[in-house]
Amino acid sequence: MTTTIAASESPPRPAGTLKAQLRRAERLRKWKAFGLVAPLALFLIVVFVMPIGSMLWRSVDNSELESVMPLTTAGLQRWDGTGLPDESTMAAFAEELRDSRQGGGLGRIGRRLNYEDTQYRSLLMRTLRGLPASIDADDNWTATLIEIDEAWGETATWLGIQRAAPPTTDRYLLASVDLERGESGQIQRISEGDRLYQTVFQRTMVIAGGVTLICLALGFPLAYLLATLPAKTSNLLMIFVLLPFWTSLLVRTAAWIILLQSNGLVNQSLIATGVIDSPLQLVFNRIGVFFAMVHILLPFMVLPLYSVMKGISPSYQRAAVSLGAHPFAAFWQVYVPQTVSGIAAGTILVFIMALGYYITPALVGGPADQMVSYYVAYYTNSTNNWGMAAALGSILLVVTLMLYLVYHRLVNRKQLIRS
Amino acid sequence: MPNNKTSETSHSASPLVRFEAVQKTFDGENLVVKDLNLTINQGEFVTLLGPSGSGKTTCLMMLAGFEVPTNGDIYLGTQRLNSVPPHKRNFGMVFQNYALFPHMTVEENIRYPLKTRKMPVAEADRKVAEILDMIKLGEFARRRPTQLSGGQQQRVALARALVFEPQLILMDEPLGALDKQLREHMQLEIKQLHEQLGLTVVFVTHDQSEALTMSDRVAVFDDGIIQQIDTPSNLYEYPANAFVAQFIGENNTLPGRIESVEGRQCRVNFGEGLNTGALIGPNLRAGDATRLSIRPERIKLNGASRQLPNRLQARVREFIYLGDHLRVRCEVAGNDDFVARVPVDDFTSSMQSGDVVELGWRDEDVRALDAS
Repeated sequence: MTTTIAASESPPRPAGTLKAQLRRAERLRKWKAFGLVAPLALFLIVVFVMPIGSMLWRSVDNSELESVMPLTTAGLQRWDGTGLPDESTMAAFAEELRDSRQGGGLGRIGRRLNYEDTQYRSLLMRTLRGLPASIDADDNWTATLIEIDEAWGETATWLGIQRAAPPTTDRYLLASVDLERGESGQIQRISEGDRLYQTVFQRTMVIAGGVTLICLALGFPLAYLLATLPAKTSNLLMIFVLLPFWTSLLVRTAAWIILLQSNGLVNQSLIATGVIDSPLQLVFNRIGVFFAMVHILLPFMVLPLYSVMKGISPSYQRAAVSLGAHPFAAFWQVYVPQTVSGIAAGTILVFIMALGYYITPALVGGPADQMVSYYVAYYTNSTNNWGMAAALGSILLVVTLMLYLVYHRLVNRKQLIRS
Repeated sequence: MPNNKTSETSHSASPLVRFEAVQKTFDGENLVVKDLNLTINQGEFVTLLGPSGSGKTTCLMMLAGFEVPTNGDIYLGTQRLNSVPPHKRNFGMVFQNYALFPHMTVEENIRYPLKTRKMPVAEADRKVAEILDMIKLGEFARRRPTQLSGGQQQRVALARALVFEPQLILMDEPLGALDKQLREHMQLEIKQLHEQLGLTVVFVTHDQSEALTMSDRVAVFDDGIIQQIDTPSNLYEYPANAFVAQFIGENNTLPGRIESVEGRQCRVNFGEGLNTGALIGPNLRAGDATRLSIRPERIKLNGASRQLPNRLQARVREFIYLGDHLRVRCEVAGNDDFVARVPVDDFTSSMQSGDVVELGWRDEDVRALDAS
């Protein structure tokens, strides 16, 4: 009844070869894995890392003057800022100004210098027209320039150009938080009437935070319902949750305008039922922004919550109740803490998406409801001020990252250790 | 420690829980529990055993308060339980997958029922320390449940259900997730706790050997009805019907007809010229169709069968060697799956499948049960 199994012993192998074999086998696996992710990695680098890097760079980039007038900027950097720059700098300036007509250089330095003082562009144009056709090595360029326009004889004119000369600048970043450099280079707040962006950032945070909280308040019970209903019903309801994804964001936003306007469906129903006498202003203000943004972002709250809640066995609450906890206490002490990872994912997703909202507030909000993205779009599309656009974007990115880190800390402390 | 009763009082017959004519339906058409009458005594270990869908878990959930009986009443002592919400019933419950709270440490889990009862911190500290000591997991107090092994989690779940000294412990297949060896170990541990602390336990399982190992009494459920409730040995030796005989332990069945009845004894014909004496089951009379039930270990082979009153010849289909015994599968009266369990000593190597052997058994080892 017993069988003997003939055991064959393999010949002993030197330890080194086994390790080498393992390494070889592992290496092949690693290359395979790398090959699989390579297209995506490349895609991410090209469309994600590089644009963001270039955007961050543009917010401090100040190379206009240096690229068009390398000799002048070098000369101005040597200048101590008193009196006038030396003759060689003047000569280089005149020559480079004339050459700048080719390749659009003139437009770029004109625009850049106008940020310092709005006189510069016309000054440059006038000077260019006045420059002599031929260049004589013996010409005194200082005198010639002053002859063309007296402004070239003033220290302030050259100081302005000197300020615009360094290859990097913090003026865009400072301007994005309503700061500027004063006469002596110290950082100061800009005059009260011009302040704008601190309010805009604050407003952006308030709207995004408000939308997130409303989404959480509406999404949590909904996700709980979906997770506890029988599969058949919850699948049907899930389709309704996902339904908004089937229409374009623009259409949905426009629909809210139609629904919420003074003689829209909502106001008419309220008047018809006698709740109100005159139409409420529901659109082109903050209320409209909240309505439309919550509607669009709600699924992003519900989905992560649902997926986490689906994995929580109902026996936890039963266990808590059997141990003497009131059903409400059981829900609050046992169920909710287990959904923390879903709440974290949902809120961070909604908050970050809301921060970048542009079209919806632009369409259903009033002038006082525009968020940072609106100004980014304004600077890129209307004024071509890439520095400001990039600086606003960078500040938004940094603020978001900082908020995320704080949040991550808070949540991680409560995060469950999952097996 | 939960009520420090000694094991002498644990089998006293004062009823703690009574189910009276309890019915339960979920869809208004099919009764999951048909007509349940069950009394559980103080200090008793009662197991509800049955296949899945037999209504045993529903019964436990009604007792715990998570399901409401459609009809009938459940009493705890003299108090009617139907309208008492589950969190006021004061029963300790151990769930199938332990339901330990993953966001709390072992210690916080065990403290939870004391916290809901607003026990003073110092007293709660003492109790938690005591019970951690009892389950020998003191050093794991600060760990999360997911960092423990299955057996350790099981012990924590048990400690959490015991720490507030409930009058009744309910267990819903608590050992289902453990491997065989650990399960058998935990069965003994639970059994010991039951005896040490004088607990009253209602235990649900579908594993008959678990039920037999642990229980004072076992209620065998099928189709929403308790088929039989009895001590483990009575269930095995005197099954009330064919279902119980088949569900508890290994069993050979042969269809037949009762020829004559004499007190508890009867004679049964189960094929051309095949007769055997048997103990008659409930509600059977002469002339009724019946199913004979014979345990494999009661069947003797060849020489060992010579002195026995009921003998027949059978063709061997298969020998299965199992170390401590041998299973001989034969064909008897058209039943191809008739198994005898014989000591290895009775086996001679000259026997082969296809041989004809002699089988024999005593009258009192055969039950004539209902034919359905």
